[in-house]
Amino acid sequence: MSTPELTTSETAAPAAALFGSDLNVVNVGLAMFDTDIAAQGARVTTLDWTPPGGGSVEAARALDTLDEPALAARIEEANAEAVERITAARPMLVGYGRALDVVPGMTPTTILHAGPPITWDRMNGPMRGAVTGALVFEGLAEDLEEAAEVAASGRITFKPCHEMDTVGSMAGVTSASMYMHIVRNETHGNTAYTNLSEQMAKILRMGANDESVVERLIWMRDVFGPMLKEAVEFTGPIDLRLLLSQAIHMGDECHNRNGAGTLLLFQALAPGLLQSSFTTAQKKEVFDFVASSDYFSGPTWMAVAKAALDAANGIEHSTIVTTMARNGVDFGIRVAGLPGQWFTGPAQRVVGPMFAGYRPEDSGLDIGDSAITETYGFGGFAMSAAPAIVALVGGTVAEATQYTRDMGEITTTRNPNVTIPALDFQGLPTGIDVRKVIDTGILPIINTAIAHKEAGIGMIGAGITHPPAEAFTKAVTALAETFAGSSS
Amino acid sequence: MSTTTAVVRKNTYYDSVSLMSVSTKANALEGVEQAFTAMGTEMNKGVLDNLGLLTDELREAASGDLMIVLVAADDADTGALLERVEELLQRKAPASAGAGAVTYRTLTAAAEAVEGANLAVIAVNGAYAAREARKALTSGLHVMLFSDNVSVADEVSLKQLAHEKGLFMMGPDCGTAIINNVALCFGNKVRPGSVGIVAASGTGSQEVSVRVHALGGGISQLIGTGGRDLSEEVGGLMMTDGIRALAADPATDVIVLVSKPPAPSVEKKVLAEAAAAGKPVVVYFIGGSEEAVTAAGAHFAASSLDAARQAVAHAGVQPAPGAGEFDAEAAADAVVARLTEGQRHVRGLFCGGTLCDETMYAVRDAGVDVYSNIQKDPAYRLAAGAASTGHTFLDFGDDDFTNGRPHPMIDPALRLERLVEEAKDPSVAALVLDFVLGFGSHEDPVGTTLPAIQEAQRVAAEAGRHLPVIAYVLGTDLDTPSVAAQSAALEAAGVIVTRSSTETGQFAREIARKAK
Repeated sequence: MSTPELTTSETAAPAAALFGSDLNVVNVGLAMFDTDIAAQGARVTTLDWTPPGGGSVEAARALDTLDEPALAARIEEANAEAVERITAARPMLVGYGRALDVVPGMTPTTILHAGPPITWDRMNGPMRGAVTGALVFEGLAEDLEEAAEVAASGRITFKPCHEMDTVGSMAGVTSASMYMHIVRNETHGNTAYTNLSEQMAKILRMGANDESVVERLIWMRDVFGPMLKEAVEFTGPIDLRLLLSQAIHMGDECHNRNGAGTLLLFQALAPGLLQSSFTTAQKKEVFDFVASSDYFSGPTWMAVAKAALDAANGIEHSTIVTTMARNGVDFGIRVAGLPGQWFTGPAQRVVGPMFAGYRPEDSGLDIGDSAITETYGFGGFAMSAAPAIVALVGGTVAEATQYTRDMGEITTTRNPNVTIPALDFQGLPTGIDVRKVIDTGILPIINTAIAHKEAGIGMIGAGITHPPAEAFTKAVTALAETFAGSSS
Repeated sequence: MSTTTAVVRKNTYYDSVSLMSVSTKANALEGVEQAFTAMGTEMNKGVLDNLGLLTDELREAASGDLMIVLVAADDADTGALLERVEELLQRKAPASAGAGAVTYRTLTAAAEAVEGANLAVIAVNGAYAAREARKALTSGLHVMLFSDNVSVADEVSLKQLAHEKGLFMMGPDCGTAIINNVALCFGNKVRPGSVGIVAASGTGSQEVSVRVHALGGGISQLIGTGGRDLSEEVGGLMMTDGIRALAADPATDVIVLVSKPPAPSVEKKVLAEAAAAGKPVVVYFIGGSEEAVTAAGAHFAASSLDAARQAVAHAGVQPAPGAGEFDAEAAADAVVARLTEGQRHVRGLFCGGTLCDETMYAVRDAGVDVYSNIQKDPAYRLAAGAASTGHTFLDFGDDDFTNGRPHPMIDPALRLERLVEEAKDPSVAALVLDFVLGFGSHEDPVGTTLPAIQEAQRVAAEAGRHLPVIAYVLGTDLDTPSVAAQSAALEAAGVIVTRSSTETGQFAREIARKAK
């Protein structure tokens, strides 16, 4: 906003200020005017413009409703409050514990899953694979075949992780005896939970479920989890936002790339792990396990994001997205001003390089709660912080920078507490505004892994994807319907 | 049998002008029977439906999706052709985008990030235009709203918002402005000077600016208000603000107003503003009355040339020599002498709406009936597709002709067809054409029209008639191409070239009177 605001009195002449300054044009729509203006020596910036809502008339009309000045003012106020809560949240790692012991509402026969609600008969291959594997792990079934029967029997309670203060990577399948991170938001008092990283590719959350997978889960339940639990009892609460911020300064985007974050988290935990009551051999197992993959801290950051975003839920009139999550069939979003409601569209294909031997048609559709990282502002939103993984998702460094800039156009603020060095320490683009997504036609960008579409195989690649525009169209329409007339 | 391929690229936006130029190029590819690149709007889908090309996939396309439809000849490699079309679609970076340039997707983001940004040129589909203009104004940018199909209610609220914020809201449906010596959209390269123009008509203001330049004067600012500004509903919001701004501008010595006749209540307001300007105000409201203007202490101009002459005189510029009076009667006599019995109608084919209007008014002054697609009186109104009758003057820039295609100043195809068509009518005494040069216009309007002129003259000659063609080139010696070069090319082809829109009207009027 470079033109000074002039007098607003009834008799004011149009800004003569324009006549006295150099013409500096923003050109929208027709590229051909760009050349003419530039040729006359004036500065011109031509937008890469697209019609609002991808051309959805319904969405554009809903936007007009939300633009009504009194309502827009209330929304702005509500959104300012929402992003203030998100950026002010201070998620601390306060411990680890079994889901049954720590997650409110958890029962021995509850299975949590990623994304919006889904029934067993609609689940895709990887999620079914993870569910049956978990039932075997819990001893609720003898083998995978019986597990499928149990899953279909109605005796199992399926719930979205997100509705249980939890987030889960990929299939997100979480059962009673699995150990969870306990992440407490010191600022607002709410708590978020998430599973432990299983590390390598052939793992339950990717849909793999053979004996090796279940054996690893048992070791995690009996050794890894309890040792982490003891460790935090020694170290005391660990400030995760601080570690997240450092990891991003060290070249992680903390969704697909977690090398720095894993080192930082392990560095914080190591003294506690060493003081734990386990044998040296067991400690070495844990150290080796953490070293086996960079992904150890991946779930941890998801819980950070969840703890912060949940603090914004229920702020009346807010159009800020607090959840983006996928169950492999549907992609769902939730909005601060409409707590508890899911707005869904079809899960999308993930585009990116695949492990040798796999082809795009092998991939399952987008799955997992990990898009909570993008909802907070890292992951795909912070691609410019992690040039090293740009190639993994098939792009250039310049594109990575543009990704972050583009996300800045659909978000409300920049997080002053978590910054990106390459952008002169600009904060993470924070607070996706449903209205801006529709208005600009820019969809959030999500970095993610690709699971094989069949049960039992696991991860086969990684790449980028977007939510379906439909989810945002539905949300903005519901917002307009709910808020219309409520502004006075 | 040919093969038809349809591709929908989701969330891929191109502006309609680019797509039409891609379509034109794609249709010229060898092996292409028909190529169609367009956004998935209802209108475009309707066109495809009419062609029998609307597949289910295309039916599903949203208006933000790009549709590519390719009908390839039997032996053509469809895959390779599609690739060629994709190549044509490769977006050329705008001149403003240098290496490592930042791309902005929204007005608000650009207005915030670009230091010194002060004006937005908006040329998007009318359904989205008001929204973009509102964003620009809210961000503190002046607006030049090129788009048409914006509702009157939106126009009023945008102009009120602009007024409150002390900003210009030029348009909608506004093709011309010169701000700080930079022509926006359609405009000519003219000398900087002390004549300020506020205009509700695009080519009308271009004409006055070009004539001022030709007389040795120069332009301080040219503020295009949009064609509906002086209607009852809009109430001259922008013209009154424009007059006030020029009145306060130390670089402006004289103000010229250009428009079709305003609504009576608006005329009062505008003339009151003119009276308060404290500077000479020359008023050229095509076909307007002298009385009210004079009563307000302003200077009445009967033609665009008259407006330019008065403006230059008030600016204290000695008119450039060589601009002697035009003897329309003598010129018409020379033309009429060569006509055959029955050649008695003048047919005007125009790109410029005001040029068409001014010529039409001049001919009507001779007391003859004039038919046109822009006639207000339904008795004399011709539909865009209808054949000419009697004296006919067509504005090819009017909505009926431009619906779904670029302005004739960019793409003259429709006028070229009509030119040859008119030559077949034995009652035609003369064809009158305009050529508009300058920014935004076709890079060689005369060159692209000459073959059609020659074809028209051949058709008439074969029928034993001489067909005079009279042309006016609106432009300056600073334009590319220059007015001199384009006029010379016309004269070399035997076309009679006039020196102003006003002269063109006088000439046409005399021919209409004399030809029997």
